[in-house]
Amino acid sequence: MSMINYASREINCKLVYYGPGLGGKTTNLEHVYQKVSPDARGKMVSLATETERTLFFDFLPVDLGTIRGFKTRFHLYTVPGQVYYNASRKLILKGVDGVVFVADSQIERMEANIESMQNLYDNMAQYGYDLTKIPFLIQYNKRDLPNAAPIKDLQAALNPGWPVEDPAKQKELPDPYHAGERLIQLVDDQWVERVPYLESVAITGEGVFDTLKAVAKLVLKTLS
Amino acid sequence: MAEIAASSWSLDENDYRRILEHMNALLQESSARCALLVDRAGQLLANAGEQISFDPTAFASLTAADFSANDQLAKMIGEPEFASLFHQGEKESMYLADVARRVILVVLFDQRTTVGMVRLKVKQTVIELAKVFDEMFKRAPAPGADRKGVLEGAEDEIDKLFGA
Repeated sequence: MSMINYASREINCKLVYYGPGLGGKTTNLEHVYQKVSPDARGKMVSLATETERTLFFDFLPVDLGTIRGFKTRFHLYTVPGQVYYNASRKLILKGVDGVVFVADSQIERMEANIESMQNLYDNMAQYGYDLTKIPFLIQYNKRDLPNAAPIKDLQAALNPGWPVEDPAKQKELPDPYHAGERLIQLVDDQWVERVPYLESVAITGEGVFDTLKAVAKLVLKTLS
Repeated sequence: MAEIAASSWSLDENDYRRILEHMNALLQESSARCALLVDRAGQLLANAGEQISFDPTAFASLTAADFSANDQLAKMIGEPEFASLFHQGEKESMYLADVARRVILVVLFDQRTTVGMVRLKVKQTVIELAKVFDEMFKRAPAPGADRKGVLEGAEDEIDKLFGA
């Protein structure tokens, strides 16, 4: 639920990093925290267990620049990835403006990715939010690992797309992040839309800011 | 019908002034130290009273999480909600109250007053603030309506800031 504060000239938006446990959600936030100038970010809050597993959430506020005289303030949240923390995970989605699904590219984490994606759809639906209509993208993380699954397999499992019913949207939409690929296209006589995806190695920071900028842009465009 | 997403809403200078008036009146009548107003998504809307020494943004996000977690606990024991929460410290305490199911009023106080006094005064302030927020949300466009936003026509500027 983006909040436009005319008194302080700020637009506040909430972004949630979702995904399976140990997939790199907290690492994304830590990288942003380290690289953003202290003037442009607030305190990072982590509610974690003694072994540094996220218990409730991590939180980091960042300013991403000024548009039309309004400071754009993004509140970044992660959820606990572990399956049994669903009650607290769901709470974090309340009022979300944009979602990043951080998938773990390792072949052996495929099931965990699929389970977490299903859980995201379920939790969003319980709030009445439609994931096919809100700013949402997938980050395939850990691309540097030798056991990383091919993007094609990950896309087939996690981002198969949904049918486009609106005739006005039934036309090819190029994927701005991958030349030659499309976000909306005809597949077996059916128009299908997929969410944008990006690749990353969060531990070195590769792809972290590209992901943040991409989702922030999608969120701000909903206000334009 | 599924909502596209949580709709956006806005706070203008007049709303802000009215909110602050109510918060300042509460502080004066209750002898509390300071008050913060936080939305359910964890964003700080306003604060009044003594200068705070902690990070208000982090405080706001934790407040919303605290309230949400307690809401779920309430449901588990068969209550629709806990409309207020009280956290007692040795010297400093805080009292949190729901306002119109939209925002949370947080009052920090010390030994100069009592929880009974704070609770009594907060009750009235919650009624006043609820009126302000009801008006604000009525003004916000309905979900799914044509939401011409504050950044209408600013696509180029957004592209420039984040790369086309």
